[in-house]
Amino acid sequence: MGRYAARRLLQMIPIFIGTTLLIFLMVHILPGDPIRAMWGDKAADPAQVAALRHEFGLDKPVWNQYLDYMANLFQGDFGRTFGGREVVDVMSEAFPVTLRLAGLAIIIEIIIGIGLGAWAGLKAGKTVDSGVLVFTLLVISVPVFVLGYLARFIFADELGWLPPNVQDSTDFSQLFLPAFVLAMLSMAYVARLTRTTFAENLRADYMRTATAKGLPRRRIVGVHLLRNSLIPVITFIGTDIGGFIGGAVITEGIFNVQGVGNLLYRAIQTSEGSTIVGVVTIIVLVILLINLIIDLLYAVLDPRIRYA
Amino acid sequence: MRGAKSAKWVACAITVTLAATACGGGGSDSSDDMNKGKADPKGIVTAQLSEPQNPLQPANAKESQGSRVLRTVFSGLVDYKPGSTELENINAESVKPNKDSSVWTIKLKPGWKFHDGTTVTAKSYVDSWNWSANVANNQTNSSWFADIKGYEDVHPEKGKPKSDKMSGLKVVDENTFTVTLNSPVSYFAYKLGYDVWAPLPEAFFKDPKAFGQKPIGNGPYKFVSWDHNKLIKVRKFDGYKGPNAAKNGGIDFKNYTKADAAYSDLRSNNLDWIEQVPTTALTNYKQDLGPRAIDQEYSAVQSIVPAFYSKQFKDIDPKVIQGLSMAIDRDTITKKVLHGTRTPADSFVARGVLGHKDGALGDVAKFDPAKAKALIKEGGGVPGNKISIQFNADQDHKPWVDAVCNSIRKSVDVECVGDSKPTFQADLNARDNKQVKSMYRGGWVLDYPVNSNFMRDLYGSKAAGNTSGFSNKKFDDLSTKADKAATLDETVKLYQEAEQILVKEMPAIPLWFYKVNSGQSTNILGKIPYGQDGDPIFTDVQVKQK
Repeated sequence: MGRYAARRLLQMIPIFIGTTLLIFLMVHILPGDPIRAMWGDKAADPAQVAALRHEFGLDKPVWNQYLDYMANLFQGDFGRTFGGREVVDVMSEAFPVTLRLAGLAIIIEIIIGIGLGAWAGLKAGKTVDSGVLVFTLLVISVPVFVLGYLARFIFADELGWLPPNVQDSTDFSQLFLPAFVLAMLSMAYVARLTRTTFAENLRADYMRTATAKGLPRRRIVGVHLLRNSLIPVITFIGTDIGGFIGGAVITEGIFNVQGVGNLLYRAIQTSEGSTIVGVVTIIVLVILLINLIIDLLYAVLDPRIRYA
Repeated sequence: MRGAKSAKWVACAITVTLAATACGGGGSDSSDDMNKGKADPKGIVTAQLSEPQNPLQPANAKESQGSRVLRTVFSGLVDYKPGSTELENINAESVKPNKDSSVWTIKLKPGWKFHDGTTVTAKSYVDSWNWSANVANNQTNSSWFADIKGYEDVHPEKGKPKSDKMSGLKVVDENTFTVTLNSPVSYFAYKLGYDVWAPLPEAFFKDPKAFGQKPIGNGPYKFVSWDHNKLIKVRKFDGYKGPNAAKNGGIDFKNYTKADAAYSDLRSNNLDWIEQVPTTALTNYKQDLGPRAIDQEYSAVQSIVPAFYSKQFKDIDPKVIQGLSMAIDRDTITKKVLHGTRTPADSFVARGVLGHKDGALGDVAKFDPAKAKALIKEGGGVPGNKISIQFNADQDHKPWVDAVCNSIRKSVDVECVGDSKPTFQADLNARDNKQVKSMYRGGWVLDYPVNSNFMRDLYGSKAAGNTSGFSNKKFDDLSTKADKAATLDETVKLYQEAEQILVKEMPAIPLWFYKVNSGQSTNILGKIPYGQDGDPIFTDVQVKQK
């Protein structure tokens, strides 16, 4: 187990270098000169453009820029935005917001997803099951931004129950709507997954044994069935955490949440390499770490799985 | 990126349907009387903003967001009276040229204070301009100081600056200084209304970087805080002595990345002013907002510009371009495709600018397919009988480019297609590198309200804004003569003559003038007044007493 974890951690180094290099190159081939673009339609002043390019190191060849960037990164310096702010500061404002949003989304996903799935699974083949099936299929097939605009239109603009945009990201009542929208898709998958494993495990031998022993139904479902059925669901939810952080671009845009998604969107629009690479690097690290934790958790949840 | 982009498009389609259904119940607040009630002098206005790109230093605010904030915190020497082309002294007691407008003497109103209590002196201006013009300080607006003698010393084309002072700036006494220009500019005073000419307090020079995060100005509002990507707060400065003191208690600039989100907040009164109604709501925002909808022209023009360095337009007879211009049905396109958010252009110079002449373009701006055909034929036809219009796809230009092309195709049988570049940066890149194949989309918002700004700064052979390769000696000579004219009136008149040269030479095809399509919340008393640059005059916005 320890060796496995160590190997996985070592594997992260080439992945880390590879992703940062790829992103660095991609930013570099984005069309247009971000410094020149600061002038917009108006003509740029060549002397000033040259001076600014020099300040941000954009006048060096790409490999040199990459090496400089990595060297700085190992000293904990993520570089500066075109506006002259430390990228670390910018990120430390955005990440907590997205973490809160993603956290709330996961809670919603767990409660509603597992609840619906379990309910449908226990009543497999009945009307409830078909109802949940139709609902989840609908959610899966409708794109996130449609859900987002629809939710905002109904609950904020028309009914006025919730504010249309997030003004204060520490206020969970404001975060609820975007978190719900963010959670919707995964929630549907969680419900489908839970429903299937529940329905399957209902017919398992240990269930029959438990029933034959005369255990109360609450215990059969709550302990025996639930525990065994949740293994695949939990791993799915785990991988989702990383997805939420990276995938909040659309939801954050709709509800004006100033998190990582919005930050990344703006940085891409202005070709601000240092911010893009910084944000993506952190997201990559988060996803790698979460995957590692899930893989290790497998063994804990299911003793039959063992790592050499 | 691609995912996000395409998502945006589909999202727009969705909101269109939503908006359409919303139309049924529209006009919810039309009974509300926004002129009723009393003004609260302490009321706070909330306004839309995107995160300023640069630190809040006066000469660094090229983009509209940062300058919107800076204009509340700093007061310049002069300002333009809204709705007129007149100059008004703000911090200046007088701005006077010598006989040939090459040396300007500026006197300040005494006793003005910065928000930190230090006095605004002639030195505050001179130091500020010297610092801002210096190439080493990386201010995006430094070229604005190019008129001043000694600019090349602080801002050489290559290498390090020779000096940190421009020889043209001299402090005479505490409240007087003189500016010597490289050559006479009769409208120099007009240029001084732009943000870059603001004074800077001593505190600035100690740590310009920190200052950019927490500026100290001399304007009607004091800067309070900048919560990045969220909120910028400014509050009324009680010690303000200018004529444009704030009629409200302050402004909260709230950050929005998307127009949709801001519009939503405006409708639920969480926001008092938005920059621009989202495209998807343009058709019904007047129903939604009733009298609170804002629909107002400002001084900006959109045109399509032939690339004169290209094979196609190198030796073109201007008659062909005139013909193309007459093949465009501006009336129908502005009404139907742009939903009345623009008005057809009839001159090179936008309205609200000194020297604007209604109908300066004459017949060239009129839609007349028969005459258009004849002109193009007379001029030898469009080479290849095909043009393309380059535009950037990251903004909403495609609909009108398609419409313009359609109009040209239908009326004069010239094939016309849109040539889309993915981003504005890519579009600019192609323009700067002279890679535009045929024509490109050009836009120009006023810097200062004198007609020269819409002509010499754009079409002069050596003008910085000239990216099309247009060059005409007669026009250049007349511009030079106009700049050196003894009086402003004469300058403006000569530029009006120069405009007639442009009509004959057609360096661009002006399409339409821009309008502000915005809205205000029910918290605001009366209509929000606008400046010629399309931004509200925040000091005059009144908040209703609750």
